[in-house]
Amino acid sequence: MAELLFWPALLLYGEAAVGYFGEVRRPGRAGRAATWGVRLGWLAQTALLAAQAARDDGFPWGTWASSLSLFVWLVVSAYLIWGCRRPYRLLGLVVMPLAVALLVIARAGGGTGSASASHYSNLFLVVHVGLVLAAFAGFTLAAALSGLYVWQERRLKTSPATILRRQVPALATLDELALRTVAWSVPLLTLGVAVGLVRLVARGDRLDALIAATAVTWLVWCAYLGLRLLGGWAGRRAAYLALAGFVLVVVVRLALPAAHFA
Amino acid sequence: MIRLVLVGTSHHHAPIELREQVALDRDAAQALAARLAEGGREAACLSTCNRTELYVAADDAEQAERDAVAALASLEPDVEPALYRLHDRAAALHLFRVAAGLDSLVPGEGEILGQVRVAHELGAIGPVLDRVFRQALHAGRKVRAETAIGQSPASVSAAAAALAEQVFGSLAGRSILLLGAGKVSEQAARNLRSRGAEISLVANSKTERERIHERLATVDVVIASTNAPGLVLEAATVVEGLRGRKGRRLVLVDLAVPRDLDPAIGELDGCYLYDIDDLEQIVVETLSLRRREAERAEAIVAAEAEKFHEWHASLDVVPAIASLRARAEEIREAELQKAEALLGRLDESQRRAVDAVTAQIVNKLLHLPTVRMKQAAVAADGVLYAETVRHLFGLDEDER
Repeated sequence: MAELLFWPALLLYGEAAVGYFGEVRRPGRAGRAATWGVRLGWLAQTALLAAQAARDDGFPWGTWASSLSLFVWLVVSAYLIWGCRRPYRLLGLVVMPLAVALLVIARAGGGTGSASASHYSNLFLVVHVGLVLAAFAGFTLAAALSGLYVWQERRLKTSPATILRRQVPALATLDELALRTVAWSVPLLTLGVAVGLVRLVARGDRLDALIAATAVTWLVWCAYLGLRLLGGWAGRRAAYLALAGFVLVVVVRLALPAAHFA
Repeated sequence: MIRLVLVGTSHHHAPIELREQVALDRDAAQALAARLAEGGREAACLSTCNRTELYVAADDAEQAERDAVAALASLEPDVEPALYRLHDRAAALHLFRVAAGLDSLVPGEGEILGQVRVAHELGAIGPVLDRVFRQALHAGRKVRAETAIGQSPASVSAAAAALAEQVFGSLAGRSILLLGAGKVSEQAARNLRSRGAEISLVANSKTERERIHERLATVDVVIASTNAPGLVLEAATVVEGLRGRKGRRLVLVDLAVPRDLDPAIGELDGCYLYDIDDLEQIVVETLSLRRREAERAEAIVAAEAEKFHEWHASLDVVPAIASLRARAEEIREAELQKAEALLGRLDESQRRAVDAVTAQIVNKLLHLPTVRMKQAAVAADGVLYAETVRHLFGLDEDER
């Protein structure tokens, strides 16, 4: 049953991704269809995750692949907060293809099927995995906002004549939203990592590459927050830093997974 | 039947020299409408910088048209060849297009809707003009709500404000620095102020301009339009001013030719520089967008004009329908009275039931003829149907 719910979620996210490309070419109908694709796809994926949780009677997203599926759901959930509003539709151009690709990878890794029993407690998994993934979802959204900022700023500088063809939030709004998203996400990551470290010390385990990369990611996003709040950073410089931070999120989520989850 | 007559001229038909001779202020427009309405007619005058139009509703359309032409010709005899004359459906459609901004120089401009409202308020209004003006205002609002015809800037000053909004979002509380005080820069500043921005300084003299870098640390928008032969603000000066801004964005609008602002400013981080060419390109782009939206707006306006036509045409048959219903009600009441002896034995609720049933029978019998007569009125057979009904039911004999 849970397996079956994967396909509507994937198809609807796929429809949304295609729709947002259509929105770039001709704003209007394609964008509206894409937004409905996101909403319905999110509902299908929510049902998928609920069915997984009910079947496994616990927290079934402790593996690398299943956590990827939860990560996609968190990213889309965060996007839905703004994505339904017309000026933010173009964010979907970054978020939805990413969601589709990650969901396919999660499926290929067995993340949408039945989970093997974890030797960790449910509480630990919820707090550690849940908080880290929520923070990464926030960073992903902040990176998408920053990407939109860089693109829109470039348009404002080089081709103002066509600037009003597409409804995009003002630069100041994008900048502010990215900051706010990171300001929420950094504490979540801090807490999630701290819980993991306490557990690591208690069990006498050793640091692995994923923990080291996560620590670097945490440092970069803390630096982003510090530079923005105390150093007066804003605009393009801050957007590039957010994009660099997102590269680290990608590395942590995709490039260094296996050993840590084993 | 009361006919609707329009006589007027606009920027499509008359040059400014002619239009200004027949342009009327509010008092004159009100007085002219009152004069035209004498003798039981209705009249309204719509006078703007682009048009002067007289709307008259009267039984005698030819006489009403002659009077309206004479009224405008009395202001300027040469205007007569430039006058257009429209009746009924065409007159209503024209007013709806005007209210929607489709007949304006800049399609979709918003000011005209207020001017139509004023004409309605100042006119000598009766049922026909009230209906047509209300429906025109409705059509104008609907077009603006359902299309994007009025959403994009149609002037250089509005384009400057739109660009600033693309950078800052809301302009409320943003401060403006004016370099030079030309007419165009004043318009741009007015546009920004209407969106909540405030003018913090007007630097007109050379001395004031020399200390401009101090002000650059605090302002959000700079509008330049001096007559200076060379650059007034160099990139190096802006770099100096940016030091105190802590990453805050700065929009610079150069309306002067030759340019006042160093083009290199546009390369600086956080600075958004636009010259007159950029703004004019936005206006050109906007106008083509508005023209595309105008096609959708025309469909909305045509549908509204059709509704008005149906209502107006139904005026032909309304008196006959009213007479027919009155006659039927009279017969029903008379028959109930005749049956009083029988009905007297009924209790109150039974009497009410009989009353309701007979009323229902009358309504059901008359429903279809009423609908058919209104349909016939729209198809121009209304008068014939009305006469037939009067003849068949002896309505004229009753009135006699």
